[in-house]
Amino acid sequence: MSYIGRGIDQIDNISTLDNLSFNGSDATFNLTQNSVAFVPVSADALQIQIDGILQSGNYTVSGSTVTFDFTPSGSSVCNGIKHFGVGVMTSVSDGAVTEAKIGSSAVTEAKIASSAITTAKINNGAVTSGKIASGVIPDAVSLRPNAQPFIINGDMAVAQRSTTQNGIGDGNSGYYCIDRFRFEEGNSPAAVWTMTQESLTSGNAYNAGFTKALKMDCTTSDDASGHGDILNVIAYHSERQDAHRWKKGTSSAEKFTLAFWIKATKTGTHTVELRDSANDRAVSASYTISSSDTWEHKVIVFPLDTTGAIGTGNGKGLSIYWCLHHGGNYGSQSLQTAWAGSSTAKRYTGQVNNADNTSNNWHLTGVQLEVGEFTASTLPAFQHQSYGDNLERCQRYFWKLNTDNAPHTIVGGQAGNNSMYTVWFPTTMRATPSTSFSGAITEYYHGSAGSSNSSRSITSMNIGSNRTNGLRFYFSKAGQSGLISWTDWVDTTGKMTIEAEL
Amino acid sequence: MNIKKVEWLYDPIDSDKKISYKVTTQEDVIWFVPLDESNSDYSLVQQWVEDGNTIEEAD
Repeated sequence: MSYIGRGIDQIDNISTLDNLSFNGSDATFNLTQNSVAFVPVSADALQIQIDGILQSGNYTVSGSTVTFDFTPSGSSVCNGIKHFGVGVMTSVSDGAVTEAKIGSSAVTEAKIASSAITTAKINNGAVTSGKIASGVIPDAVSLRPNAQPFIINGDMAVAQRSTTQNGIGDGNSGYYCIDRFRFEEGNSPAAVWTMTQESLTSGNAYNAGFTKALKMDCTTSDDASGHGDILNVIAYHSERQDAHRWKKGTSSAEKFTLAFWIKATKTGTHTVELRDSANDRAVSASYTISSSDTWEHKVIVFPLDTTGAIGTGNGKGLSIYWCLHHGGNYGSQSLQTAWAGSSTAKRYTGQVNNADNTSNNWHLTGVQLEVGEFTASTLPAFQHQSYGDNLERCQRYFWKLNTDNAPHTIVGGQAGNNSMYTVWFPTTMRATPSTSFSGAITEYYHGSAGSSNSSRSITSMNIGSNRTNGLRFYFSKAGQSGLISWTDWVDTTGKMTIEAEL
Repeated sequence: MNIKKVEWLYDPIDSDKKISYKVTTQEDVIWFVPLDESNSDYSLVQQWVEDGNTIEEAD
């Protein structure tokens, strides 16, 4: 059947060129259309017929010339030249363009309409972290909005006991300023320190979001040449029941990433130890202070430990020890960088002596301990808690009742030869707490309705019943009468200290 | 806590019941330490006793 439809001369971009004239000697000819030079798209776009034969594959084009592989004879006749230009097909049937017809990298961003890629077009697991621009997801905290950081008071914001304590040295292991961070010493080092809750107003740690730090100021130096077992560390102790998140002692155990901001006068190698008190296993790591008295951020990965489950309960579980200085016996062998039974000789090997000069200072803040392995660039952001939340967590271990936070009065009554009172703790404490009383408060009492009040100064107390959530205390009446009594805690020096630390 | 002296403290209502240690430190600070093994000060008192010291009856 012959072609039915519009003549090809009527189709846009199909051109009829001028016929060629052969002379029997030339093989190259100019291509023209209406005597005007014509540049074809390619040799394949030309259809040349000579002496009634359609030519194919025996010529090339360059610019507006065509060159045959042979020399047409002078008697040959060019029957016609057609040029099939770009865009002959102006409409494609639905479904006609297959994947194979689209070149590699041929679909550019401009060819994809806004909102054209739907969720259904993204495979499960296909969006990797590399495809998420920096800052789009603020930080890992947004993925755990209800979680609390493992380290309590890592920003050093809470200091219930005091904001400064001098003269800390031999025999003074204990909590002094920053809640949850304990000064510990061993075997009578000569070094003496002042511990302070330091306020930050500049520097790298301040710029990272921290306004408080723990500062240790060496006030009596110690060249550590004396007793080999002397030691000064800053310690953090956690409860066993909080530490299983690392799955220590199981085949699924995970690594520990410890991060903190530190500033020290002494540059060089410093050490920090992670210790599992439940199993007496430990691992240490060293880090370098590069610049003296400059805040530096350290991110340290400790290995996982498939031995020794920490267990549960409120006893001492995972602890962190930052070494300040030590005698030779704490570093006589290579640092223990893999979990193993605790070995004194491998705990702090290489540690510089922060106590060798009274001009030395050591500062710490921004402490966080994460599950898994992180680098400085992948570390989840520090989880800042409100001061109130932070304080409440600290009060599980320590709180005090004094003129700053006690109710105006605590009402009691006569019990035997004593006046008896009850105070409820702000939160359930880790264990039944130890209690101490110092200073003086005023106790008022009267024996019957209408009688006038009597008062006396109280400087000592006794404990009746003690629980993790409350305390009954009493004062000896010492022969004084009175059925109803109350204590006044406003504008007094009296302070009751309640402590259940690890 | 540097212990100087430890005394038994009895319940003021049930005078036969020991309820706490009354610990006097070297700095003459008095601490009431509960008879609770989870309390770290309780452990210090036990160590102090193991070191050869004796808990006294209250004055």
